Amino acid sequence: MSTTTTNAPGAGAPGKRKAPAGEKVADWADGRLGIYTLAKANMRKIFPDHWSFMLGEIALYSFIIIILTGVYLTLFFTPSMGEIEYHGSYVPMHGVVMSEAYASTLDISFDVRGGLLIRQIHHWGALIFIAAMLMHMMRVFFTGAFRKPRELNWMFGFLLLILGMFTGLTGYSLPDDLLSGTGIRFMHGAILSTPVVGTYVAMFLFGGEFPGHDIIPRFFAIHVLLLPGIMLGLLTAHLILVFYHKHTQWAGPGKTNKNVVGMPLLPVYMAKAGGFFFLVFGVIAMIAATFTINPIWVLGPYRPDQVSTNAQPDWYMGFPEGLIRFMPGWEINIWGHTLVMGVFIPLMLLPVVLTAIAVYPFVESWVTGDKREHHILDRPRNVPTRTGFGAAWIAAYLVLLIGGGNDVVAQFFHLSINAITWFVRIGFFVVPVLTFIITKRICLGLQRKDREKVLHGRESGIIKRLPHGEFIEVHEPLAQEDLHTLTAHEQYRPTEIGPDTDEHGVRRKVGPVEKLRARLSKGYYGEDAQIAKPTAEEYKEITSGHGHH
Amino acid sequence: MKKLSARRRHPLAALVVLLFALAATGGLYTALAPADEAKADQGSSSSLAIDEGKKLYTVGCASCHGTGGKGTSDGPSLTGVGAAAVDFQVGTGRMPAQQPGAQVPKKQAKYTQAETDQLAAYIASLGPGPSVPNKEQYDPNGADLANGGELFRTNCAQCHNFTGEGGALSKGKFAPDLGDVSKKHAYEAMQTGPQNMPSFPDTVLTQKDKGDVIAYLKTVNSDEAETPGGYKLGGFGPVSEGLFGWVFGLGSLVAVAIWVAARTAKAKKS
Repeated sequence: MSTTTTNAPGAGAPGKRKAPAGEKVADWADGRLGIYTLAKANMRKIFPDHWSFMLGEIALYSFIIIILTGVYLTLFFTPSMGEIEYHGSYVPMHGVVMSEAYASTLDISFDVRGGLLIRQIHHWGALIFIAAMLMHMMRVFFTGAFRKPRELNWMFGFLLLILGMFTGLTGYSLPDDLLSGTGIRFMHGAILSTPVVGTYVAMFLFGGEFPGHDIIPRFFAIHVLLLPGIMLGLLTAHLILVFYHKHTQWAGPGKTNKNVVGMPLLPVYMAKAGGFFFLVFGVIAMIAATFTINPIWVLGPYRPDQVSTNAQPDWYMGFPEGLIRFMPGWEINIWGHTLVMGVFIPLMLLPVVLTAIAVYPFVESWVTGDKREHHILDRPRNVPTRTGFGAAWIAAYLVLLIGGGNDVVAQFFHLSINAITWFVRIGFFVVPVLTFIITKRICLGLQRKDREKVLHGRESGIIKRLPHGEFIEVHEPLAQEDLHTLTAHEQYRPTEIGPDTDEHGVRRKVGPVEKLRARLSKGYYGEDAQIAKPTAEEYKEITSGHGHH
Repeated sequence: MKKLSARRRHPLAALVVLLFALAATGGLYTALAPADEAKADQGSSSSLAIDEGKKLYTVGCASCHGTGGKGTSDGPSLTGVGAAAVDFQVGTGRMPAQQPGAQVPKKQAKYTQAETDQLAAYIASLGPGPSVPNKEQYDPNGADLANGGELFRTNCAQCHNFTGEGGALSKGKFAPDLGDVSKKHAYEAMQTGPQNMPSFPDTVLTQKDKGDVIAYLKTVNSDEAETPGGYKLGGFGPVSEGLFGWVFGLGSLVAVAIWVAARTAKAKKS
C-alpha cells in the first residue's frame, strides 16, 4: 500500500513506463509551483523573425551584463568622499590627495583581478545599453508599433530610457574624477538656476555647499539601488506586456492583424535568444578588452579649482549639454535676485525634447481617431508625416549632440567653435524642418516607386527592340505575395470638420480644437501626404493590356 | 563581363561604382600631387652666428617683424623675446608663418637647427630674454610625476585637455596636441608663452615644476605612454567614446542581429 516504500526503480505500478529525468523534474516543479499552465501557455508562444525585432534584445542583454558587472564592482568600490593620500600601484598618482571613491576606482583598475576589464565592460555596456534602447524605440516609432494596444508599453519603454540616462549619469559620477566631478558641478549649477527653489534643492541634494561629502554616497545609493530597482520592475512589466500583446509583425502573405506568424519560443527562440545573449556579451567584452573607456587614472581626482577641456558627459547626456552650450548666457537681475536664463531655459527645454517623442503616439491616435488594434507594422514610407516627424526629432537630437561636442568637433575638423555654436543655434530650429520636408518627399517618392512596381512590374534590365525599331525595357510582373505586401497597408482619409449645421438645421459651433484636428489630419492623410495605392481594378486594367505600356 | 552586367542593377551597384570612383580619384591624386620641394638652402657656416642670423632674419623674417625686429602691423616686435622663443617658433616650423590667421599651426621646420641657432643668437642680441634651456632643465632626473600631474591639471588641462590631446579655443584658435612635442620645445613654450598661450616664467612655475610637468606629459601622452585600458580612441573623452559605442558597438551588434535573424529554423521536408 502507500505506506510501503521501495527504492527499486520500476517496482511501483507494474506496466507503467519509467519517466525520463526531465519529466520528473518538471513534475516536481509543477506540483510545487504550478508552472504547467504557465509553461503550456507560453512555451509555444510565437515570435516573428526580423532583425529589427532584436534591437530590444540587445538592450535587455546589455542591461543584464551591466547588472552582473556592476555587482562585481560594488564589491570593491568605496562610495566615500573621505580624503586619503594615494599609495597604490599607479605611480603618477603617488602622494596625491583624493577621495576614497577615486582611490578605490584606481584600485579596481590596477589592483583588483579583472577589475579594469569588468569596469570597461560595465561602462561600454552602459553606452551600448542606452544606444540600443534609443534605437529600439526608433524602430517601434517608425514602424508604428506603438499604436493600440501598445501605447502603455511605449511609455514604459520611454521611462526605461529616461531612467537609464539618469542611472548612467549617476554611475559616471561615482569615481569622483575630474571629468565626472565637472559634470556634477554642471548639474549643481543647473539646479541652482531654478528660480526660488534652486538653492534649497541644491543644498538638500548635496547636504550643504558644493561639493560637500554627501553627493557620492547618495549617487551610489541611487545608482546601485533605487534606479536599477525601478528599472527592473519596469522591464518586467515591459516584457510581460510584450507577451500579453504578442509581437507585431510585418505585412505579408498569411499575416493578418489577428495572427502571429513566426517561430515558437521553445525551442527556436530560446536557442536564438540564448545564443544572441552570448554574442552580445562577446561583442561588448571584446570592445572592453580592446578600447579604453573613461581612463580615470589620467583624469585625476576631482578638485573644484581644476577643469579640463573636452569635459563632456557620456553621449546620452550630450543633448542637454548641447542645449546649454548653444544657449546665449542671458541673465535677468530683479530685486537683487539673478535669474540665469542661459542655464534655466535649457534645463526646461530638456524635458520638452524628450516629451515631444514620448507623447507622439497619443497625438497620432487623436489625429487619426483610430481606436482599433494594430498588430501589423507600417512601412515607414507609407506614413510619411510620422516618418518625417521622427526624422526631424532625430535631426534635432543630432544637432544638439554636435552642440554638446562643439569643442571636439572644432578641434577635429579645424573649425571655429563660435561658428559651430551659431550653426547649432540656427540649425536646432531649421534642420528639423528641412529634415521633415525632405523625409516626407523621399517617402512619397518611395510610395510612387511601389505603385509603379505593383502596376508595371520590376525593371528587368533587358532592353528589347521592337520590329518597328522602338526600344522598350521589359518589366517583369511581381509575384502575388509581393503584390500583397506592397499593397497591404491601409490608407486613411483625412477627417472632415463635418456639416456647418446639425440635424435641426441650427448652425453648429466648430471649436478651434476640432479645426486644428482637421488640419492636422489633412497634413497626415491629405493629397500631399500620401500616394494612392494601386487598386485591384487599376492592376487588372493595366495587366490586361499584355504588359505593353 | 556577363556576370558584371547581370549585377549592374543591384541595389548596391551605385555604391560600388562610387567607391571605385573615389578610390581612383584619390589614387591619381596621391600619384600626381606635387611633392613639397620648398626648402631653405643650406647656408654656409660662419664664425659669427649673430651676423649669419641677421642675414637669415632679413631674408625670412623682416617682411613681417620689421628690420631690426622692431615689429610691424603684420608681426610683433621681437625685442626681448629671447632665444627660447625663436628656438620654439622656428624649431617647430610655426615661423616663418605661411599665412596670417587665428593661429599659426606647426609644420615642418624650414630652417636647420644650426640656422635656427643663428637666428636665435641674433634675436637674443636685440634685448635680454629667456635663453634656450639645457637638457638638465627640460629632462631632469627623478621628476615628481604626481606634482607634474597636479600642475598640469591646474594650469594646462583647461585648454590642452586632461592628457594634452589638445582642445579648441574661441574663433578657430586652438591648443595643440602635445603628444609629439619635444621636451625642449615644451619647456620653451611654457617659458615664453607662444601665440595664444600664457607664459609661465620661472616665478610662476619653477624650473623643477616645468620639468615635472614635462615628465608627467610624457608618461600619459607620448609614444612611450602606457594605456592599460587598450586603445585610447584619441583621448578626447566621452565624445569619441560615444561615437565609437554607436558606430562600432551598436553597429556590430546590429550586424550580429541581422546574422542571427537570417538563420532561422527550417521545416523538415517530409
